[in-house]
Amino acid sequence: MSRNPYVRPISTTTWYMRHGRYKVYVLRELTSFLVMFYSFLTLVGLYALSTSPESWDAFLASQQGVGMIIFHAVALLYFLFFQTFPWFKLAPKAMPVQMGETKVPDNAIIIGHYIAWAVLSLFILWLAGVLS
Amino acid sequence: MGTRNLELEVMRYDPEKDKEPWFQSYTVPCNEDWVILDAINYIKDNLDTTLAYRWSCHMMVCGSCGMMVNGEPSLTCKTFIRELPDKVRIEPLENFPIERDLVVVLDDVMQKLHQVQPYIIRKDDPPPEDQEYIQSRGSLAKFKQLTMCINCMCCYAACPQYSLNSDFIGPAALALAHRYNRDNRDQGKSDRLDILADHDGVWDCSFVGACSEVCPKHVDPAAAIQQMKVDGAVEFWKQKMGIPGDKS
Repeated sequence: MSRNPYVRPISTTTWYMRHGRYKVYVLRELTSFLVMFYSFLTLVGLYALSTSPESWDAFLASQQGVGMIIFHAVALLYFLFFQTFPWFKLAPKAMPVQMGETKVPDNAIIIGHYIAWAVLSLFILWLAGVLS
Repeated sequence: MGTRNLELEVMRYDPEKDKEPWFQSYTVPCNEDWVILDAINYIKDNLDTTLAYRWSCHMMVCGSCGMMVNGEPSLTCKTFIRELPDKVRIEPLENFPIERDLVVVLDDVMQKLHQVQPYIIRKDDPPPEDQEYIQSRGSLAKFKQLTMCINCMCCYAACPQYSLNSDFIGPAALALAHRYNRDNRDQGKSDRLDILADHDGVWDCSFVGACSEVCPKHVDPAAAIQQMKVDGAVEFWKQKMGIPGDKS
C-alpha cells in the first residue's frame, strides 16, 4: 500500500464564504478602512485647527452636510456592532482576572468596560463644553 | 425507542485508486439516542467494511473521532443525530491532507505540539525525592481549563489562519504552551518565548475565535492566545526598559 495524501484546495480570495462566522470576522476586519478614514479626518481637522480660526470653522462646516452626518451615523453603528460590542464581550477572555481561587465573573469585567466607556464619554463631552 | 433513517453522505478517498475525493451515500437506520459515530460504525459493521476512519473511546476522551459534520468540525461521539437533519454530510477534518476516506494526516500538528515543549521545564534544582512541587488550588485554577484538551484537532479544522498558512503553530499547540507557561512549577517560559512570539506564533492569530467555538472540551484556545499576546507584549517592554523579566 502506498501513501498518496490528498490536499484539498483552499481559495485565498473566497475562503471566508465557507462559513457564517468567517463572514462576520471579515466584516469586523473591514472596520480598518473606517479607522483609516477617521485617522485621516482627525489629521485634516488638526491641521485646520493649527492653521487659522477660519479654516477650523470651514472644517466644522464641512462635517455638517447631510452626507457627512449619514456617514458618521453609519460609521458609528458599524463600529458599535463590529468593534465595541464584540471586543467588550471578548475582554474577559484576553484579560481574565482571578482573585484567590476564583475567577472574576466575565459579566463583571464586561460591565466594567461599559461603565469606563460611559465615564470617559461623559468626561470628553464635559471637556468639549457640551456638559456645562 | 424510535428509529429514523439517516442519509449519510460520506467523503471517500482511496489513495491507490482515486484522483480526488468523492461522496458515497448510505442510508442508516438510527436509534434516536445515537451519535454520528454510532451511525458510522453501523456502516462499517453492516454496509461497507472498506470505510476507513479513526475512533477509540466513544466518550470524548481519546480525541480520535473528529470529523466535519455538515461543515462543522465535530467530535462524532458527541454529535447526536437527534440534533441533525435527515441528511448529513461527513467529511474528514478540514485543513489536513486526507490519508484515506475520513482519516487525515496529523504529522504537522504532532510536530507543532512537540515544538512548543509541552512539559515542565525546571531551571532550579528539583525538590528532594521525598518532597513535591507545591501547587495551590488557586495556581491550578489559572490553567486547569487548558489541560482539558484531547488533541482532537477540531480547532485546526476551524482555523482559517491555519488553512491559509500551515506554518502557523495553531490553536491547540499554543493553548498547550500557555498551559505550561501558566503552571507555577514550570520555569520554561523563556525557552518557549522565541517560538511563541515568532511570526508564526501568537501574532499570526487574528482572533477569528472559531477554534473556541468548535472546541468540544471548552478549552478556549482563542482566549489562551490573546493572553499570550498580552504576556509577550509585557515581556517585550520589560526587556526594552531593562526590567528583569521571564527571559533570563
